Amino acid sequence: MGEFTVHRVRFFHYMPSGICAMAFNRRTERLAVARTDGSVELYSRTDHFFQEKVVPGRQQRSIQALCWVGKRLFGAGLSGEIAEFDLDNLRLKFSQDAYGGPIWSIVCNPQGTHLAAGCEDGTVKLFEILEDQIRFERNMGGQKGRIISLAWHSSGTKIAAGMIDMIKVFDLDSGELRSRGSRMQQSQECVVWSVLFLSDIIVSGDSAGKVKMWDVNTGTLIKNHQVTEWDVLTLSVSQDETSLFAGTSEGTVVQFQLLDVVLGQEEKEWVRTRTFKNHTHDVIALAEADTVIISGGMDTQLVVRPLLDKLDFKSRDSSLLKILFPQRSLVSCAKKAGLLLFQYPTHLELWRLGDTEGHGPPGCILPVSRNPEKLLHLKIKGEDHVCCSAVAPCGEWIAYSTTSGIRLYRLQRDNKNVSITKVPKLPKVLRHAHQLCFSPDSSHLYGTTSSAVHVVALTSAGCKFEHSLKPNSCVEPFGNESQEISDGKFLASANSNSEIHIYNMHKLKAHCTVPVYRSGVSAMGIHPETNNLVIVHADHQIFEFSIEQMQYTDWSRRVQKEGLHHVWLERDTPVINVTFNPQNPNHVILHDSYMFCIIDQSLPLPDRKSQFHNQLTLKSLPEAERLKHSHAFKECKLYQPLLCVDMLENQSLVVVERPLLDITTNLPAPVRQKKFAT
Amino acid sequence: RSRIHKFLLCASGDLVKVFSTSTEEWVHVLQGHTNVVTGITLNPANQLQVYSSSADGTVRLWDFTDGILIKTFVIGYPIATLLVSNKHEGILFLVVPAKDNSNSECLQLVAAHVPKTLEQEVEVRELSSVLPNISPNPRAVGFGREGEYIASAEGLKLIVYFFRDQKPYRSVPLISSKGAKNTFTCVSCHPKDDCVATGHEDGKIRLWRNFNQKKEYTYTTLHWHHSVVNTLCFTPEGTTLLSGGIESVLVQWQYDRNSKYILPRLGGSITHISVSADGSLFTTSHSDNKITVIQSNLKVSAVIQGLVKGEAVHTDLVIDPRSKALVLNGKPGHLQFYSLQRDKQLYNLDIVQQEYIYQEGLDQYEVVKAAFDAHGSCLATVEERGKKLSDTEITLKFWDYNETAQSFVLNTTVMTPHDNRITSMCFFPTAETTMVVTTARDGCFKAWLLGQESDTENGPSWSCDFVGRYHDLQPTNCCFSADGSLLAVSFQEVITIWNPETWELLTTLCQPPGNIKDLCFGRLSCSRYLLATTTKNMLCCWNLLTCSLEWSTSIAVTLLKADPLSENMAVFTLQKEQTDLFVFKPCEPRPLFTQNALCVGEVQRAIFVPREEPLDNCDESSLWLNRSQLYFTINPVCHLLPTQAVIDDSVAVTPFYLLLGKHRQREQEMCGLPVTEQQGRLLHTAAHVLPPASFLCNMFVKSLLISQTGVKVETEPSEQQAESEKEEEESEEEMDSCDAQQDRRVQGLGVETVPLISKAQERELKKVRRTDYSWLSCLSDS
Repeated sequence: MGEFTVHRVRFFHYMPSGICAMAFNRRTERLAVARTDGSVELYSRTDHFFQEKVVPGRQQRSIQALCWVGKRLFGAGLSGEIAEFDLDNLRLKFSQDAYGGPIWSIVCNPQGTHLAAGCEDGTVKLFEILEDQIRFERNMGGQKGRIISLAWHSSGTKIAAGMIDMIKVFDLDSGELRSRGSRMQQSQECVVWSVLFLSDIIVSGDSAGKVKMWDVNTGTLIKNHQVTEWDVLTLSVSQDETSLFAGTSEGTVVQFQLLDVVLGQEEKEWVRTRTFKNHTHDVIALAEADTVIISGGMDTQLVVRPLLDKLDFKSRDSSLLKILFPQRSLVSCAKKAGLLLFQYPTHLELWRLGDTEGHGPPGCILPVSRNPEKLLHLKIKGEDHVCCSAVAPCGEWIAYSTTSGIRLYRLQRDNKNVSITKVPKLPKVLRHAHQLCFSPDSSHLYGTTSSAVHVVALTSAGCKFEHSLKPNSCVEPFGNESQEISDGKFLASANSNSEIHIYNMHKLKAHCTVPVYRSGVSAMGIHPETNNLVIVHADHQIFEFSIEQMQYTDWSRRVQKEGLHHVWLERDTPVINVTFNPQNPNHVILHDSYMFCIIDQSLPLPDRKSQFHNQLTLKSLPEAERLKHSHAFKECKLYQPLLCVDMLENQSLVVVERPLLDITTNLPAPVRQKKFAT
Repeated sequence: RSRIHKFLLCASGDLVKVFSTSTEEWVHVLQGHTNVVTGITLNPANQLQVYSSSADGTVRLWDFTDGILIKTFVIGYPIATLLVSNKHEGILFLVVPAKDNSNSECLQLVAAHVPKTLEQEVEVRELSSVLPNISPNPRAVGFGREGEYIASAEGLKLIVYFFRDQKPYRSVPLISSKGAKNTFTCVSCHPKDDCVATGHEDGKIRLWRNFNQKKEYTYTTLHWHHSVVNTLCFTPEGTTLLSGGIESVLVQWQYDRNSKYILPRLGGSITHISVSADGSLFTTSHSDNKITVIQSNLKVSAVIQGLVKGEAVHTDLVIDPRSKALVLNGKPGHLQFYSLQRDKQLYNLDIVQQEYIYQEGLDQYEVVKAAFDAHGSCLATVEERGKKLSDTEITLKFWDYNETAQSFVLNTTVMTPHDNRITSMCFFPTAETTMVVTTARDGCFKAWLLGQESDTENGPSWSCDFVGRYHDLQPTNCCFSADGSLLAVSFQEVITIWNPETWELLTTLCQPPGNIKDLCFGRLSCSRYLLATTTKNMLCCWNLLTCSLEWSTSIAVTLLKADPLSENMAVFTLQKEQTDLFVFKPCEPRPLFTQNALCVGEVQRAIFVPREEPLDNCDESSLWLNRSQLYFTINPVCHLLPTQAVIDDSVAVTPFYLLLGKHRQREQEMCGLPVTEQQGRLLHTAAHVLPPASFLCNMFVKSLLISQTGVKVETEPSEQQAESEKEEEESEEEMDSCDAQQDRRVQGLGVETVPLISKAQERELKKVRRTDYSWLSCLSDS
């Protein structure tokens, strides 16, 4: 483009962590994903797997199993505790030790009244689910051998437990062991990684790479499918019990279907059908959501694979979706000072951007006169991971929040030395924030909790709590997603119900609300000059809301009337950030993981038939004709994958990249596979 | 190809052959089709009968245990495939060209209702179309469970036609990524379950189920083959699925388990698999003209091997003097020893001694030259790799015959014997010296000698003895005279004569224009002559005693071959895409025998094969064949299938061939690709190798009674006889003068002289040349 100097940043060593458990709630259509760092992410299926909430992780918390009970989410792990997550405040609600050693698996019964946990000591512990806690009810089993996997029969009276070398079936009414599978393999220890309790059979996946079908009553083997030479780690069944999926160590997902042996006759058989290979590493968790199969594993990506035979027409849902990068920004940028703050789970890094004095034609690499420099490495106190962080535009303040507290630091920079002092006496109300942000003149810090926005005034002496802003009509508590601030006058905050509240910061009171749209807010920004709020939703719809007039702008209405181009709407990663070009008030800069886009509001919108990616064709046209063919959307895919795109005050663009190769090289080695001709 | 337990039937050319599975012997031949047999299936109603379909538009019903033709159904269209089913009695399913479409590539499946009559020959008129757009590949159509449905794959579509509701369901497989080669290649249906197995071009096998649903059809993918799956076959019980492809590996898949067994190294790529009715035996047919019978525990129980059809015959046809076997390229990197007398491969000699890996674009070593010494105790081979000059790798290997091992053992390997391609190689013709001469494009010829016994511990080895050059010209051919006293090496236009004892350049002969293409010394009484053919369509004969051109004639010679047991020479000429054959003696430029329009296309290789016993009682025209037979291979010019650019098959121009006047077909293609008529005619084999003796005698006598073809051929030379009688006198004169010159040369012994030709001689020579020419041209006109 030749318009901007671009800082191409590759020193943010962001590393996602592997997926270790998943649970899909069919009622609310929410997917909960637990990662190895202990964090839990919530995705909305109706919103095209938009990452709605993230419960930050904690050191030494490992989640082995997740379980939905109604709208409540329970998790358990090797720490031996069963925990419930508070999905409004994005932290643990409570945790209770099961006293059975590490817990490998928890399941809830179909009625939603009880939880069963499979423990290291070989017992299955039953808990009654109460309003705000769980209560231990009884123990079952209790011989040697850990219980790796559990499955509850749909009648709620039987539990199958997968152990090492055997499967036990417990009858809940009598509390007795009903039947047990015989020793499965003579030579080698065989771990039953996963069991499923269908209406008439038990399906098991084990470390010998087999998927086995067992008769419930007699405990005899009905059918044996050798799926892989490595382990079958997870199983998942569709709701109508006609299709079954198995995830293996090889990174494959294998489908089994219950099919007619002879067409049109009663006799049916489980037949291995398709194999999907979308992972490079172990598939540890699988979830089946009617028309899609969701898989996740050690290679940290969440793969949403549509089952094409269940879809009727081609749409955005019928394409494969891979979620690898967080759908929120982990980078904050001090626009005036040219600093970048990188948020890692256990520490923060502050970098000063490099500088250049060179000039050159578009596309050339300018010589660097000053190298980028790491100013600060700030370790987090306590065991909790960072949930949000921010740096002030002037570069003098840094704030971060964990689930247990907020810390604010003052940064002093001399010529070379960087000193940091912790600001004491933060207000007590501000114990935990979902989002932190500084005002453009760096005089205030705003922190959002689930119910309010807190304002803290910053002076060189210290900080002082000023006010708590609450929305006018706060019906229910909400998790604040993102907030954005204009020239200090207005602040907008959106919650996970995609309600957007706008506050007037001069008057310190609520200004107005934006009409609620059905899809979640993925990014928004207030234009510094016009005070227009640009909102991008997870389904890629763009709205522009004039704060002063408290209504949608004409451009926004035109967008809604003419509709956005289908290429734009079919993009699979949501927009992460919205910024503006101070030089040209018509320019809105958006970015997602794989591109950034400049929307020129003065140009016409692309109509349905026109070419969306038309930069190359425009380049070939003569100068005079370009204007006729150009449209508002200008995409740039030069840099990817992107973690952050921001404009500095000196008209330069910061692009934070994280090459995929760097992530894959940091992953553990996958299982060895014999490939042809190697 | 189909079979029951004891007999194996295979379609070969226009015949159906019946083999015994246990003894590999050939039991019957079912003869009667006039064009290529395209399909055979057992009659489901009677397991001792077999239907065969042919491109001649007939379906014939045979009793194959006795080899009797029972019925002939005339369809009237060339049939590409034949299918029958138990459920549909009296109906033949045929794949024939679509009626309303003149484009012959568009095929359709029709059901033919066979009328119940007692007549021998029945015309079938009732044809009802079942499915349009059928693949010409016979393996792409198959009956499903108990004939309930028929599955056909074409291109990217799989169509399943249910007879019950008369409705085809079609599925289009997803073309997931660009460059994925999902084209269907073959289909097989499970005999009991509703499951259709399809093979694909990318080596995958898919098992389709639930295919009566519009959307919710589903498939399982099996993947072992890395290239095209050629053929698939379920066993009759449906417990296993057999697949074969280009890798020459038979894969046995367990139907309901995900396990497989493989049987590798079967030879050529597998083109067809069939299973006996009780499932105990499998047979595979291979592209290298082989049938393998395999037991169900994957042990090979019998191999029926024909002449291996390699990609091309790089080595000339060579006769092994010891076994009298024809030696030529066989499997890649091998030489095959093939007994013409018994129509059987004797053995394979691995020359390259490297594991052959099938992969497209991989540059393999290929044996390009082979030569035996006089007794067959030494073999020299040349193998090369690399298409471009810069990366050509050439290896010269010398082999010794080991009496105890009854095989050739490697003696010496010479890496890069020449800097460029070797153009010819020949052995010293007598047993006294073991010497090999190689000529190459790097401009020199080398003589290799077997060293003394004491040289190394491992016995004598070969080493280079002499490197000869001539004016930086490229040598093209080399040839020893029959007694080994002279070596002729042709350097482009010039022939140089060397003394192999002293490596002295004796003389040079030259007859511009045109480079020398073929070089050959005369034998026995004509050993004083040296014959050469040039690229400018000249056939020249020099007298070595006078060092002068004896005669020359202008014909488009493609190949010149000498009979080692007589003075005869055979010349193949190409005219208007027709090859003519002339046989003559170098001493008299008059053909002993001519055969016009021998075949279409250029003759590539030819050889005289000595007979085991000389034939006494044959007529005059074929007298030249009484000691040896002439075999040749053809490179057809107009070939429809580029993959088979070279058909190598031997045609014997034997007395039998003439007398029988009948073409015999070698087992070649199974139910293979549609073979054109031309090809069919090229697939003839030596008549004498075919038959049981009684059968042959019968034919022989019959042909004596009826056939007039032999006479016809005879008459033409006799007409020429009269014309040429006058010239004979002249040539006798010339002979005299030659003798005179010979005398003169004897007098000036040891002195190198370019012989002066007197004016009279010159005139005579011209006359000879002219007459020769006119004589030959009138011959070729006739």
